[in-house]
Amino acid sequence: MIIQAISFYIFAAIAVASAVMVISARNPVHSVLFLILAFFNAAALFILIGAEFLGMILVVVYLGAVTVLFLFVVMMLDINVARLREGFLQYLPIGGLIGAILVAELFLVVGAWVFAPEIEARAQVPIPPLDQMSNTAALGSVLYTRYVYLFQASGLVLLVAMVGAIVLTLRSRPGVHRQSIREQNFRTREESVEIKKVQSRGGV
Amino acid sequence: MESFLIEYLPILIFFGVATGLAVAMVGASLIVSRQNPDPEKVSAYECGFEAFDDARSRFDVRFYLVTLLFIIFDLEVAFLFPWAVALGDIGVFGFWSMVVFLAVLTIGFIYEWKKGALEWE
Repeated sequence: MIIQAISFYIFAAIAVASAVMVISARNPVHSVLFLILAFFNAAALFILIGAEFLGMILVVVYLGAVTVLFLFVVMMLDINVARLREGFLQYLPIGGLIGAILVAELFLVVGAWVFAPEIEARAQVPIPPLDQMSNTAALGSVLYTRYVYLFQASGLVLLVAMVGAIVLTLRSRPGVHRQSIREQNFRTREESVEIKKVQSRGGV
Repeated sequence: MESFLIEYLPILIFFGVATGLAVAMVGASLIVSRQNPDPEKVSAYECGFEAFDDARSRFDVRFYLVTLLFIIFDLEVAFLFPWAVALGDIGVFGFWSMVVFLAVLTIGFIYEWKKGALEWE
């Protein structure tokens, strides 16, 4: 129990500190690296509250893929670091205002918002306690049967994302020779080899 | 809850060992070694030359496409994990719902293959 509390405070402190570093680091690449650290600590916090699957997905998807995407964006934009810092103080008041509103909303959610009393009875799928069924198994037991339409819709969203990424970024370049294995295999001797009788001292 | 977290205790211990080892190695080389820096010693070089250019150059947009496609298939694999764990409980319907999901994504895979998005040129 004490180890759980200590590790919670360590992970939470590192997460907050690295989140501060994300917005205050001078180099955008360092920002992304601190973002990786923040994600990782968030995954550890998820595991500490028992959301094992979410923690692992955070590591696999966010650490493995999304941060790489962020790094590519940073590298692709070719940001001038000095020019980026210029407007920092200028935007501080409005940024602080938005942050204050967000904090106020969070307090309202935690403090003043309660579950309706009948929601407990209406909840169709009660969450099984963690010692009976693991987090991943609990997700899997409802996701593919009870929520099948949402599951298939997420598949369609992924399909649209795939097609959209290709449509937006893929452009065919003229003058590039591609290897076509089918064409290579269907070549015949007649169309690729030409035999010429060359006269002696005649040249081709 | 407690027994669940006990399984993660070795990982936490490994984190402690890894952090301690990294701090020990960097700290020891800071403390023990003799340091006598001068501008030529600490400057960056490549193969004995001065650095020709900035390391931060612009990337081709095609790297971005490869990463986007990777993320999509990564998410597809993420959906497979709970399915594999719970396959015994969810029966034939759950099995076929995942097959349909995979079929939809295979359509996208065939599309990108035919469009040549997986080739580098």
